[in-house]
Amino acid sequence: MTDIDFPGTKFRQYTLRTALHVALIVGTIIFLLPIFVVVNTSLKAPAAINLATTWHLPAEIHWQSYVEAIEEFGPRIWNSITLVTNATLLSAIIGSLNGYVLSKWRIYGERILFPLILLGMFIPYQGVLIPLFEFMRAARLYGGIPGLIIIHTIYGLPITTLIFRNFYVDIPDEMLEAAAIDGAGFWDIYTQIVLPLSVSGFVVVIIWQFTQIWNEFLFAVTMTTGASEPITVGLAQLAGGEAVHWNLPMAGAVIAALPPLIVYLILSRYFIRGLLAGSGH
Amino acid sequence: MAGVTFDHVYKRYGDLVVVNDFNIQVADKEFLVFVGPSGCGKSTSLRMLAGLEEISDGRVLIGDRVVNNVAPKDRDVAMVFQSYALYPHMTVYDNMAFGLKLRKTPRQIIDQRVNEAAKSLGIDHLLDRRPRQLSGGQRQRVAVGRAIVREPAVFLMDEPLSNLDAKLRVEARSFISKLHQRLETTFIYVTHDQVEAMTMGTRICVLSAGKLQQIDTPYNLYHNPHNVFVAGFIGSPSMNFFDAQLKPDGEALVVDTGVFKIAVPPAKAAPFRSHSGKEVILGIRPEDIHDVEFLPPGIIPAQVESNVEVVEQMGNEMIIYLEEGGKNFIARTDPRTKARVGARMGIVFNLDNMHLFDRNTELSLAFDHKQKEAAARA
Repeated sequence: MTDIDFPGTKFRQYTLRTALHVALIVGTIIFLLPIFVVVNTSLKAPAAINLATTWHLPAEIHWQSYVEAIEEFGPRIWNSITLVTNATLLSAIIGSLNGYVLSKWRIYGERILFPLILLGMFIPYQGVLIPLFEFMRAARLYGGIPGLIIIHTIYGLPITTLIFRNFYVDIPDEMLEAAAIDGAGFWDIYTQIVLPLSVSGFVVVIIWQFTQIWNEFLFAVTMTTGASEPITVGLAQLAGGEAVHWNLPMAGAVIAALPPLIVYLILSRYFIRGLLAGSGH
Repeated sequence: MAGVTFDHVYKRYGDLVVVNDFNIQVADKEFLVFVGPSGCGKSTSLRMLAGLEEISDGRVLIGDRVVNNVAPKDRDVAMVFQSYALYPHMTVYDNMAFGLKLRKTPRQIIDQRVNEAAKSLGIDHLLDRRPRQLSGGQRQRVAVGRAIVREPAVFLMDEPLSNLDAKLRVEARSFISKLHQRLETTFIYVTHDQVEAMTMGTRICVLSAGKLQQIDTPYNLYHNPHNVFVAGFIGSPSMNFFDAQLKPDGEALVVDTGVFKIAVPPAKAAPFRSHSGKEVILGIRPEDIHDVEFLPPGIIPAQVESNVEVVEQMGNEMIIYLEEGGKNFIARTDPRTKARVGARMGIVFNLDNMHLFDRNTELSLAFDHKQKEAAARA
């Protein structure tokens, strides 16, 4: 901002600011409309739901849909939580180790290895679905959450490796050299210097992986069966069938959306900082 | 405690030779300074000694142990980095204790050493702080403290003062010199600043383009530089150089620069006699060019005249930029000199302190002569 006070400058700035704010508020409302409809519908009694009154607020709050949705989802929520915590933590830890090695140690074939790891990011799920299915069956990992944990851990490595590698490039080499002279080896340097400095890197990776894996549907629906399905599969089943009671899938959607939202709200203040790491000071 | 030996050490990156046949011996308890312009190989040499760079060829010894394939942590060295490289997530205490903890030193000993070092460095009130809460000078002391508590055989310092402002740097210089006297350990110190090198080193190792130029005491580097590079690098303002010819003049020798014709003092002529007729470079330091009005006693007045271009009054001395026959040079004279810009002034070269170099090899003729004498005796 300039401090020079030309006639009209302040006025122009003021108008610009106001216009900007109005545009942002309108944008926010448009983005929030679907969420409003979801929450609104989930709180209505089944009989009160029809297209004509979609935008009307519920005459009375009907919590029953949530009770039913939780009954329906119970074990599936637990499946999803098991899946997400394990796969997120595993892919974060392995990605962090990859990033540490790729950014701070000279290894043979690094110039080929790193692009190869990144290539994994660009392989669509559909492309590997059938061979993956066959492989998991042959490996006796098909049908349950452990198999899905392994798949998501591996599929997460390209992005977690990339994020951590770029994050660690910013840790000065001299600091690690000082540690090496002080007596630290490969693991000491990782656990005592690199890991404590990785908090915001882990925040980014955890938010990213948590959301991705929680919301993922294709692998979930093909690799798990019956009682071990995660929540996304259950949600799809709620919305399927002939006569759908919309209150139920809407309540389910709200419940399904809450965990990633909570994780984001808790960790968000580190998120932006972490994403921008590596872009200079 | 140990000496250090570089035995014909090379560092190559592909075809690029960064350190070329580096061959020196550092005595135990010595304060050796590596000095040279950036890219001369001084930091690389230090890093090879620390174990942070691989040695392409040759051997590095600490004491009488070859350390080429020894990990940095097992070399019994401690290093202070230019950026200090403190661990930002640890307190000052933990920064200093880190190396000892990794070596499983008993807690009381860690406590005792850290507190002692902190007290001697005047940072004992900062032990609970983190590096980002410290000033530059304090961080620098913590970095030194982290090295001290390790009680290493050799201290390595890579431009530890270059991130400090000018005033702090002067203070830190004497503080590190005192530290060396107190610890009685071998110090190897890298800097690009020749003032730091001259004031701190017991010996100085001048490097240029990966090659050792001269390793000597500060006094000898200043008074007997072995080549043109060392002569120009040590001293500020730099030595003046004139292309000249060494000519016989009856029994005597004269140096003819084309502009000045100066007789070599008979007492100094011996080493130069065999070079009579040669193309040489005359080197003379600014402090050996005097105003004719303020001659120190005992100087043979070989007076010439010259144009004054710029005058810098420093109070304790005067720096005068002179020009004669298209050749620029600098004099450092008595502050009472009445030089006026644009006027001519009478100057006297103190030829007792002149240097002559071979124009092809850039080697000092006096040094060359001494070497030949030594070879003849052996």
